Amino acid sequence: MAEQRPADERPTGEDVPRPSVRVRLAGIARGLAVPVLAIFSALVIGAFVIVLSDVTFFERLSADPGGALGTAIGGVLEAYGALFRGALGSPTGYAEAFASGDPAQITKAFVPISETLLAATPLIFTGLAVALGFQCGLFNIGAEGQLYVGAMFGTFAGFAFAGLPWFIHLPLAIGAGFLGGALWGFVPGLLKARTGAHEVIVTIMLNYTAYRLIEYILKVPGYQREGRNDPISKVALESSWFPPLIEGLRANWGFVLGLVAALAVSWLLFRSTRGFEFRAVGFNPSGARAAGMSIAVSTILAMTISGGLAGLAGTSIVLGVTHSLTSGISAGFGFDGIAIALMAGSRPRGIVLASLLFGALRAGATPMQSITGVPIDLVVVIQALVIMFVAAPALVRELYRIRVPETTGLETFAKGWRV
Amino acid sequence: MGTPRWATLLALVAMLFAACGTAAPPSATPTTSEAPATPTAEPIDYKVCMVSDTGGIDDHAFNENAWKGMTDAQAAFGVQIKFLESTTEADYEKNLNQFLSEGCDMIVTVGYLLGDATKAAAEKNPDTRFAIVDFVYDPAIPNVEGLVYTTAEGAMLAGYASAAWSKTHVMGTFGGINIGAPVTDFMDGLAAGAHYFDKQKGTTTTILGWNAVTKEGSFTGNFSSIEDGKTISLGFLDENADVCMGVGGPIGQGCFAAIEERSATAVGLGVDVDWYFSVPQYKSLILTSVLKKIDVSVTAAIGRAVKGEPPEAVFVSTLANGGVGYAPFHDFDSQISAETKTELAALEAALLDGSVKVADYLAAP
Repeated sequence: MAEQRPADERPTGEDVPRPSVRVRLAGIARGLAVPVLAIFSALVIGAFVIVLSDVTFFERLSADPGGALGTAIGGVLEAYGALFRGALGSPTGYAEAFASGDPAQITKAFVPISETLLAATPLIFTGLAVALGFQCGLFNIGAEGQLYVGAMFGTFAGFAFAGLPWFIHLPLAIGAGFLGGALWGFVPGLLKARTGAHEVIVTIMLNYTAYRLIEYILKVPGYQREGRNDPISKVALESSWFPPLIEGLRANWGFVLGLVAALAVSWLLFRSTRGFEFRAVGFNPSGARAAGMSIAVSTILAMTISGGLAGLAGTSIVLGVTHSLTSGISAGFGFDGIAIALMAGSRPRGIVLASLLFGALRAGATPMQSITGVPIDLVVVIQALVIMFVAAPALVRELYRIRVPETTGLETFAKGWRV
Repeated sequence: MGTPRWATLLALVAMLFAACGTAAPPSATPTTSEAPATPTAEPIDYKVCMVSDTGGIDDHAFNENAWKGMTDAQAAFGVQIKFLESTTEADYEKNLNQFLSEGCDMIVTVGYLLGDATKAAAEKNPDTRFAIVDFVYDPAIPNVEGLVYTTAEGAMLAGYASAAWSKTHVMGTFGGINIGAPVTDFMDGLAAGAHYFDKQKGTTTTILGWNAVTKEGSFTGNFSSIEDGKTISLGFLDENADVCMGVGGPIGQGCFAAIEERSATAVGLGVDVDWYFSVPQYKSLILTSVLKKIDVSVTAAIGRAVKGEPPEAVFVSTLANGGVGYAPFHDFDSQISAETKTELAALEAALLDGSVKVADYLAAP
């Protein structure tokens, strides 16, 4: 390790000397206890929601209590069964597909996992974006706007440069998307560093600016698709699309880019001098300044990279799924990113896992609604409950009588942003 | 030790339901929404599936009206129906794939936003029948019906009636998002009706919030915020307007909220469905509604499919086939003179035989 840790900084995992295997396993189990129990608790309460949202339940309960409870439990199991099969696929589906040996069948069996990865992709990017800000003591609420501006730049690069081979065009479009988001992150970073304007307010306002910018640009001739009156962009050329991971599935290399981004952010934060400065500024700005670090440089740089990562989220949607830009490409992924960063304690590895969880819920919700009629909104309730339980680890520990560990990664968040 | 933990959990559940109770309106799931009007037809083995746009199926307007068309078809033809809501644009393809894998015989997609996804799915699955609301493909796709509406005709009649009712001869209209015809047809029609009235009567009616010639005007930027609609409507009232129409589900209710706040002698118009019934809390302020009968056209498209008729590339709902129009005046019936009613009937006849066209009255005379 090249750099020295300030005396007052707590150990954060990656940069402490490796402890023994037994201690590390115990640490992992303890680290997973709260999230796993949070998910479990959320599913239990979700089950109550499923039962009680059936308007006929109470009628039947008074008429035939045993039967009503049986049907209710059956209904919950059916809904969750559909949710899990929709997120991960069904064992029988895999078995039949492999037994048939038909490649098309096998591909089809993997559709649920593909949908999970696809739904997780933008969340990984926005989660990383918000987490990077947290680590540097910045609360980037503007990931949604940065996502849209990134998508706008990425789409433009996607349709404007014809005749390029994919290995030039795709990186170019990805770079453009990063640049767009970075621009939208740079502004609040600069304002904060120069004038002290609080990034929370500036990023919220820039979200609105971004929405209006998208509405405007989608009506500009040259960006708007020919022959359409509604706000929709031209179609990005195929050479700029993220290729599918497996032909016939929707999951694409955007997900792999997300994993690469997670590794890169992990390296930046925990292995590079610059990342060390980010964390030092986030942990204790006056201490960092006293140690000769520039708070202004860290603030601007962290916000810019954070914005760029959010821009990649938008790019992964337009180049991976929709292939054109409209004003409805994001369902609040920028805000989900805040929840994910919080849940993961701003650690890249945790962000990938949390994004996969949310992605699985979103992917499984569609067949759940279609097959069992349980509204798609249930997964929003479950997501919210998971976040609430994770954000209140004391509550989970109290419910399940877990002893309080000495440190968890979650303090990073609590210390991460301050006015 | 055990009791407080359970108390905590119970408190959480209670909190959750308290939150649900205030925040989420009861969603229109197939099991809980308006009971299908006495199923008359025997159930048949024909599955019709609907994908809503990002507005959601309980939007009290567009998607909900399409879903009513589905439930009506269930009652009329005995088809099986189901729906999926979309939360983002990326969901359209996912939802269509889900329905295709379930073997839906026909898929109804609601809204121009689903244009690209529907096209891709229809071309890959030529044996599945599709119908899309508010969109037409050029060139046509053989297995897709485009359902469109000459909404401006109905709006022109409503505009004429409004101009006749108006004392100040100032009317205001605004839209949600300027997505073109599906929204602006309403506003064009309102303006055309007022201009036609002016030409007949020699009055001068001012239209605030929309220029039907340059196609520019006031938009809230969303379809969901009553508050945004109210802000614009207050501006109209301050400019002396006494008729107000907001094109979009909740935003249109902003008109009534503004009128109530100012206690103004003014009226508002409903859009898509008769708001006298769907927004009854404001029925004393609703002059009429511009009707765009998405439900009728969806039911008709399903009917054609069930009977095995080939898809029509474009199915236009018009005044002539009753697919568009204006709602009765209800409480305002006594305030619309018999003369005006006769003139409205004459204008309707003229629109039907083509001697009056909406396009000719977009500009002020």
